[in-house]
Amino acid sequence: MAEIRKSEGFIDWLDQRLAVKAFMRVMMTEYWIPKNINFLWAMGVVLVVLFGVLLVTGLLLLMYYKPDINLAFDSVNYTIMQEVEYGWLWRHMHGVAASATFLIIYIHLFTGIYYGSYKKGREMIWITGMVLFIAFSAEAFSGYMLPWGQMSYWAAQVITNLFSGIPVIGDAVVIWIRGDYVVADATLTRFFMLHVVLLPLVIVLVIAVHFYSLRFPHVNNEYSEELDFEKEAEKYLDGRKKESKVVPFWPVFLSKDFFVVGFFMTFFFFLCCYHFDFAMDPINFEPANSMKTPAHIYPEWYFLWNYEVLRGFFFDIAGIAAMDIGLIAFVIANMVFFVLPFLDRNPMNTAPAHKRPLFKYWFWILVADMIVLTVYGKLPPTGVNAWVGFFAAILFLGLFIALPFITKKEAKGDVQ
Amino acid sequence: MAQTRRDFIGMALGGITAVGGVYALGAMKKSWDPLPSVQSAGFVTVDVSSMNEAEVRTIQWRGKPVFILRKSADMPKNPARDITIGEKNFVVVIGLCTHLGCIPSWAPATKQFKCACHGGEFDASGINTFGPPPRPLDIPPFKVSGESLVLGEEGEEYKKMMKKA
Amino acid sequence: MREIKILAIVIFFTAVTYWGVEPYAHSQMHPHVAPADFSFKDMPSIALNGNIDNGKTLVEANCMACHSIKSLGFESPMSNDDAASAYGVVPPDLSHAGAIYDKNYLAGFLKDPVSATKLSHKFGDAKPYAMPSYSFLSEQEIADIVAYLKNIVATKPTDKMVFEEACGRCHSMKYDGFKAQTPSTFMKNYLGAEAPDLSMMIRSKKAEYLTIFINEPLKMVEGIAMPRVGLTAASQEQVIAYMEHVGDRKKAEREDLGLKLIGFMAIFTLIAYAWKVRIWKEVA
Repeated sequence: MAEIRKSEGFIDWLDQRLAVKAFMRVMMTEYWIPKNINFLWAMGVVLVVLFGVLLVTGLLLLMYYKPDINLAFDSVNYTIMQEVEYGWLWRHMHGVAASATFLIIYIHLFTGIYYGSYKKGREMIWITGMVLFIAFSAEAFSGYMLPWGQMSYWAAQVITNLFSGIPVIGDAVVIWIRGDYVVADATLTRFFMLHVVLLPLVIVLVIAVHFYSLRFPHVNNEYSEELDFEKEAEKYLDGRKKESKVVPFWPVFLSKDFFVVGFFMTFFFFLCCYHFDFAMDPINFEPANSMKTPAHIYPEWYFLWNYEVLRGFFFDIAGIAAMDIGLIAFVIANMVFFVLPFLDRNPMNTAPAHKRPLFKYWFWILVADMIVLTVYGKLPPTGVNAWVGFFAAILFLGLFIALPFITKKEAKGDVQ
Repeated sequence: MAQTRRDFIGMALGGITAVGGVYALGAMKKSWDPLPSVQSAGFVTVDVSSMNEAEVRTIQWRGKPVFILRKSADMPKNPARDITIGEKNFVVVIGLCTHLGCIPSWAPATKQFKCACHGGEFDASGINTFGPPPRPLDIPPFKVSGESLVLGEEGEEYKKMMKKA
Repeated sequence: MREIKILAIVIFFTAVTYWGVEPYAHSQMHPHVAPADFSFKDMPSIALNGNIDNGKTLVEANCMACHSIKSLGFESPMSNDDAASAYGVVPPDLSHAGAIYDKNYLAGFLKDPVSATKLSHKFGDAKPYAMPSYSFLSEQEIADIVAYLKNIVATKPTDKMVFEEACGRCHSMKYDGFKAQTPSTFMKNYLGAEAPDLSMMIRSKKAEYLTIFINEPLKMVEGIAMPRVGLTAASQEQVIAYMEHVGDRKKAEREDLGLKLIGFMAIFTLIAYAWKVRIWKEVA
């Protein structure tokens, strides 16, 4: 039982009951972050801001959206876009923020790989991060279905069809997921539930775990140096701020984040109002027609590398159907990022990529390969394009097979 | 000295954030506003020229029932509440009991509006005569246009009526 | 400075990805086509001066059996439903036909409607076109009809009127409360496909595509059922302006507010930078 005395003001009153002062110290003013970091370290806060934008604009859209196949399209494109005051703004912000979230996730993800922030005690941060990537992917996919445009419908049709690849029960699973033989009203309403309630809750919970998992291993730094955080914190609190290798989350780390967020949001609003086709594909402004597939169909840009691995295998190999090879490759491609910390056979040494003799090539080849997969995922898969996609997909899988060997070789050269 | 300089910029940052926040909240408030299609549906024109004496019609206005009664000769006139068009006297009231909002029924035998929920009674002019209703049936804003009434618009007769009340 | 270098690398890879996924990919999916041709080169031009009075006589004798001219008080001879079941499609009102359609196109259309509308893949001897050919008329008589139609246009039609006359027989505009004059079941029989509602077409296809498409639909979509309607460049602009009014009503507001939002965030960024510099000066 805490000893309650007469309070010396409002903060003290709260502090005696909720320990707000201790909370502020732990979460903000004495949460220590390394000093030698660059703006890439701000991507996490940018993601939190984008998630906030998605949540708030989502709530506003939810006021007028109707989850019914006969009403959905008009509720978005007539009511929200043209009748509701600022409705167009919330919709544009929601669509652009969703796309921007994935751009920042990829930057954040590659930053983590580059600086080795996936190993040496930080495996749970990495894994919860990958869970968030999957959760956001599901959230984006379910959200895209809601306006019930041509892309909404056909993307849903194609992606739900993927599950038919499951042996034995595949076809039944597809019907079960859809709630109908084809993508229909039942599909829309259940994906609406996922998009508005279940997935956001899951995301919030996993974000909390992601933040928690950061605390013990501490945030990484540009030299991947292991710091004695207690010693450095003592220096800082002692007043020797310039000598200390750490800074407090508030106000020092966040002050840089606010600047990065501002810079990003300036560009973000430009996209919302003047350049949004990449996020709001024109094809989706056509009402869904179950009797007509658009001439060109493709997923959102952030799924393209995945999509290309899936369709990169366009001929049978050793008696296995091309479609099945593609499906297996697709599943592996998604799972392989989860096990990255364990594919790295040098788990106790971490260094930025430019300091690792082999890894630095591995890293940039991976980035280039994923960009190639992304671009070719959008191009019509004919002629030369199909072969480029095939080899890019093989390279992708090959890189992850090679990683244990590369890192083992590096480990031999490293001084433990 | 350094302390106050930091505070100034910090306060400026807090200030501009607050300004942005206020504008954002304002825009969100406007998104809650009734839609243009709702606001334009707030006006209904009713042609009462074909109504017979002692006839009661119920029409819908802004989602609510509105009773229109053309008074017969044996119903006492009420200059403060009646709408007079030529020789005809009309009672135009929102058909929701002023107690708790149930819809009263017109009883032609007794020339009353009776509310089933808690027994409230209103006379042919819409004035509460018995039971819990605290005030007469409300009169909606109206404008007389020839032999028609435009509900939702505040015409001269409506303004005069409200001034006297 | 190191951070500028890192930013440059991030921007570089983002730009390459963007370029590949957007401008490049879209150019591969939609190869470049020739711009819209409003001279209707395949229609011979009428060189003769038309006689308006003779034109009036000819129009009254030949056209009024099917066509209305509402601006002169001539209503349709039959209801839309009856016309649709009789001809397959509702004949257009001719009040502004002289102004909105190219005059060479009009002449060519009267002589051979199927080739003017480029619908030979849909109509011919096996399935006759709703509008008969008037090639039995002389060149002078054709010129007279066109002259008369031009003459009866008293005031410039509004954007919506151009749309209704040129497009509204087949296409509805749900978001403006406009229903296509020909019921959709008849459309399917007549052209083999339903004419889509155009409310959001400005956003799904955009003005640049629509300018070429309306001018010659077959250029953009192989085997399409939509006729070439022969609108002049100015009238087409009116149709597109109307489509923008219905499908993208908030465009002006969006472009105006955009500047303010960007401006606000730019100021925020500057102040945030100043604060960051102040704070980090103590710890750097």
